[in-house]
Amino acid sequence: MPGFKIDHIQYKKNNLKVEFSADTLEKVEKIIARYPAECRKSALLPVLHIAQEEFGGYLSVDVMDYVAVILGIQYIEVYEVATFYSQFYLEKTGKYVIEVCRTGPCAICGGEKISEYLQKKLKISDGETTSDGLFTLREVECLGACGYAPAMQINTEFYEHLTVDKIDTILDLLTKNTNTEKPEGSRWTDKFF
Amino acid sequence: MDRQILLEHIAVPGIETFDVFRSKGGYNAVAKVLKELSSEDVVAEIKKSGLRGRGGAGFPTGLKWSFIDKKSSKPKYLVCNADESEPGTFKDRYLMEHLPHQLIEGMIVSSYALGVNTAYIYVRGEFKYIIGILNKALRETYSNGFLGNNILGTGYNLDIHVHPGAGAYICGEETALLESLEGKRGNPRIKPPFPASKGLYDSPTVVNNVETLAVVGPIINMGGEKYASIGLGKSSGTKLISACGNINKPGVFEIEMGLPVEEFIYSQKYCGGISNNKKMKAVIPGGSSVPILPANLILKTAKGIPRLLTYESLSEGGFETGTMLGSGGFIVYDEDTCIVRNTWNLTRFYHHESCGQCSPCREGTGWMEKVLHRIETGEGRSHDMDLLVSIASKIEGNTICPLGDAAAWPVASAIRHFRNEFEFHVAHPEIVKIKDHGSIEKYT
Ligand SMILES: Cc1cc2nc3c(=O)[nH]c(=O)nc-3n(C[C@H](O)[C@H](O)[C@H](O)COP(=O)(O)O)c2cc1C
Ligand code: FES
Repeated sequence: MPGFKIDHIQYKKNNLKVEFSADTLEKVEKIIARYPAECRKSALLPVLHIAQEEFGGYLSVDVMDYVAVILGIQYIEVYEVATFYSQFYLEKTGKYVIEVCRTGPCAICGGEKISEYLQKKLKISDGETTSDGLFTLREVECLGACGYAPAMQINTEFYEHLTVDKIDTILDLLTKNTNTEKPEGSRWTDKFF
Repeated sequence: MDRQILLEHIAVPGIETFDVFRSKGGYNAVAKVLKELSSEDVVAEIKKSGLRGRGGAGFPTGLKWSFIDKKSSKPKYLVCNADESEPGTFKDRYLMEHLPHQLIEGMIVSSYALGVNTAYIYVRGEFKYIIGILNKALRETYSNGFLGNNILGTGYNLDIHVHPGAGAYICGEETALLESLEGKRGNPRIKPPFPASKGLYDSPTVVNNVETLAVVGPIINMGGEKYASIGLGKSSGTKLISACGNINKPGVFEIEMGLPVEEFIYSQKYCGGISNNKKMKAVIPGGSSVPILPANLILKTAKGIPRLLTYESLSEGGFETGTMLGSGGFIVYDEDTCIVRNTWNLTRFYHHESCGQCSPCREGTGWMEKVLHRIETGEGRSHDMDLLVSIASKIEGNTICPLGDAAAWPVASAIRHFRNEFEFHVAHPEIVKIKDHGSIEKYT
């Protein structure tokens, strides 16, 4: 596959404040090559996902500007996309972003109580981050896990058939950072690109 | 009625790997079409099968394929719609998680039929683990010579790439999906032009659902006529139904079209009846966008004929007394459900997911959510029900894409069939102000 080479000279001229690691840049170039040469804007969503992961879990203006330069598009083209999609965060988030489903099928299977319990346990409401910077809580719409309700997602992992006890176990594991053993009913992948 | 076409080998250990899938006859369809059939032959076979799109609209797949502009000098594209975000729907995720090669095989056959050399799978951004599974499966397919250049020495080239979304239900609508794939906001396009003439990068494009593409391989193997003989009438073949809500055995089931709804809900083979021995109150059978029906009307039509899981039977009675098969997202509600609360919840979903392009949808969904919320929390006014019906009717048909209709129908149908519950809410604020008041039936 012919790789598109990122214009580093142009990037230096813009004097931006962030930069991908060499490994990530290689990954990004491979992604750009999936689309026709004149359509590299197509890589915007996957590259924003990678940027968010690499630069602290959210998209600062510096990061968005950098992505614009890499893809050879206007800054505004990145801003308007970053503000449209619910998975892109524009403000700093906790290390773990808990996204708990609030939609109908989950709601009638105990989802409302799960959401309330999370708020009570973490002492934060929807959209907030715990003071230790560990957890951000967000209520989201249907995660496509309605048959395994109630469901939530933490970063890239799915946690299903939730109960209050299970939440305790999961948050405990994450707090102690022993997130190697996964509670039953979790689905995840380490590598997705 | 036990016929399994898509899920036949789901229980085989290792079926998600190329080798095991291949040992079960996987990719035979690719070898067959590349070596023995012309692209026209493949389209003709799919037309014969009567296959209809499994993404929700039920449009005949062969016919859609025949619209692709073959004369265009531009490259042609196939895009697999794996955005699956319609509440109640989780069948595509199940297919991709367990049978990724079934989808890839179907995409290769379909691409060949359409003269496509580059195809994309647009997966909703939340399904990162599915993206991992698909990429792994694709690598296996490449290294076994079924993807890339000169597939099986036939001179046919095809690349398939996985593309992540980033959290937006609207990107399941096919033209919004194409915008999103081009790196833009998911604003649906005005049609015409249709994607078949101007789709991705203004090139002829076909967008198909995961389940639609996954069944293409089996159809080629068994022949279109055989597939058409399965199922019932114009609802040929089998369908994946993802069942959820207050049932004993939520999950994904492959049913032969024509299965009675009653059997589906109560048989141990499928949903296993209502959980906690409760009574069934209502069902939304095709994803949250289709009309809700009370128990009596989902089991039997207004004429008293048992309802079947087919496109035709579920829509029998039109919007007055019928509903739709949609995506097959089957949501069951028990006797404790508060219909008003559920309608408010789903309307909040559509408000949240409206792209904001068309005023009737952008403003109407928010307005309906507000009115429903005040009814649910004991602040309703006596003419609110008429107001809701009026807002819904002004959204319906007045938007660029069908999200407007999808937001209007649940509200209109809930009021049509459960008006008394809305009226009770307005008349008895002291009761509905109790949090978790549940079904109002116990108070009446
Ligand atoms: C708001 C909205 C959301 C949709 N979401 C999906 C979806 O998640 N998956 C899907 O396959 N089709 C979805 N559709 C239907 C697609 O527009 C399109 O009809 C379908 O992908 C065509 O494939 P098919 O013919 O194989 O069904 C949606 C439509 C609308 C209006
Ligand atoms: S409603 Fe919660 S995952 Fe679908």
